[in-house]
Amino acid sequence: MSVLTSIGHLPLRRWRDDVTTTGIVLMVLWAIAGIGIVYAVSQALNPEHLTEYGGRVISGFLLTIRLVVSSVAIGAVISIPVAAGRLSSNRAIGALAYAYSYFFRGTPLVAQLFLIYYGAGEFVGVFKAAGLWWFFRDATNCAILSFAMNTAAYQSEILSGAVRNVPRGQREAASALGLHRLVILWRVVLPQALITALRPYGNEVVLMVKASAVASIVTVLDLMGQTRFIFSKTYDLSFYLLAAVFYLVLVELLGRAVDAIERRITRHIRRTERA
Amino acid sequence: MQNLFSLLSYGANGWGDELLAGTLITIALSLAILPVGLAAGFFIALGKQSNDPLIRSAAGIYTTIFRGVPELLTLFLVYYGAQSGVTAIAHMFGAQVEISPFVAGMVALGLVLSSYASEVFLSAFRGIPHGQYEAATALGLRRGVTMRLVIFPQLVRLALPGLSNLWLNVMKDTALVSVITLNDLLRQTTVAVAATKQPFFFYTVACFIYLVLSMAASVGVWRVYVWSSRGVSHR
Repeated sequence: MSVLTSIGHLPLRRWRDDVTTTGIVLMVLWAIAGIGIVYAVSQALNPEHLTEYGGRVISGFLLTIRLVVSSVAIGAVISIPVAAGRLSSNRAIGALAYAYSYFFRGTPLVAQLFLIYYGAGEFVGVFKAAGLWWFFRDATNCAILSFAMNTAAYQSEILSGAVRNVPRGQREAASALGLHRLVILWRVVLPQALITALRPYGNEVVLMVKASAVASIVTVLDLMGQTRFIFSKTYDLSFYLLAAVFYLVLVELLGRAVDAIERRITRHIRRTERA
Repeated sequence: MQNLFSLLSYGANGWGDELLAGTLITIALSLAILPVGLAAGFFIALGKQSNDPLIRSAAGIYTTIFRGVPELLTLFLVYYGAQSGVTAIAHMFGAQVEISPFVAGMVALGLVLSSYASEVFLSAFRGIPHGQYEAATALGLRRGVTMRLVIFPQLVRLALPGLSNLWLNVMKDTALVSVITLNDLLRQTTVAVAATKQPFFFYTVACFIYLVLSMAASVGVWRVYVWSSRGVSHR
């Protein structure tokens, strides 16, 4: 309950007592917009368009999911040494890890993507000699690489922050019990850190879903890329609306999933709710 | 190496002036988005704590949409959508109108910023004790005056850390507007790359310019934070 509304706690207040004209107008506007979007999208999905472009939209959607899953997973792996560096007591290692995370968090993802994708083209000879050219030749790989390095910076901040958040006494108690350092990390610190880290991790995945649309700029045919292609053929804006619906549904589902996981892993600390 | 850095010189032979012009546009766009997005975000936050359930839902739908759709997609929808809408209207009057990428970027990123900012404002509102409102009422202050003189100054302090993150994101997101041909830093860099065939060098330079902008923005935010927390005891 918000501060403004909680001033008068009238027990017998009914839902419709508070409804104002402004509220009705706003909801009507949204309803009109919603109907407009449904209409536009249903127009875009006429049988002719559906057979011609339906497959593209689906394959784009799947590629978007692949981009997100692989970059988040690879980023998670990269983030572990970076987070360890951030927590290290060694000044030089700490500064190095901080520089990594500051660079990738302080510059636009598009610029990073361009740096890797176009920059790699400059070193064709080197990459060919190293046998890596097959990797950098593909825009999708470059996108995954730059997304992974970007999300690794954010994930390392989440991870190191969450580990720092675990009370010191937990670690001291565990070592007083004679547990090995790795056991302490694995069985005492990380389980507690994950509870704080879950929501930021979820947000990071959502941000990655949205950010992955940037890949379309370097010719990757993800959901956004396919939509841009279809738009260039049809000049039909409703395909953009359709893509927006796809992204929205994906993001909402992810949000729900994070809620469910959070309820599950915090069931031992959640207070019993009173009516 | 000597050769590379001479590419950054100012004037006809170097790209320093182009990059500088692009940087200025990036800064201008970020600054233009800020007031629009923050003001809209503030009113949406008010809507979210309205007594009226319909206003609350309307505000909720707004944030769900603009936080869930990729910024690039919002930008395209605004740019092409407004383009076709305005062209249709202009045709009726027999006029030719073009939507500038700057305005499209300002609107699209303003929408995104306002939806994120409303969440920050909302949690800041919740951080202000109830007693502040009661005390203001007891002093006989009207609602507008309470908001302006009592609540708002505290709100700024509570919302600032969250807003400063959003502000940095806005600055990075302006790079997307280069896709719809705004001559910002990223696009000028791309032009330089096309002419010189030095992508790695130029994109690295662009990244460092963005980094410097982020740092400058952080310093600016810190100043505001110090100003807003004057009179608050530091424990």
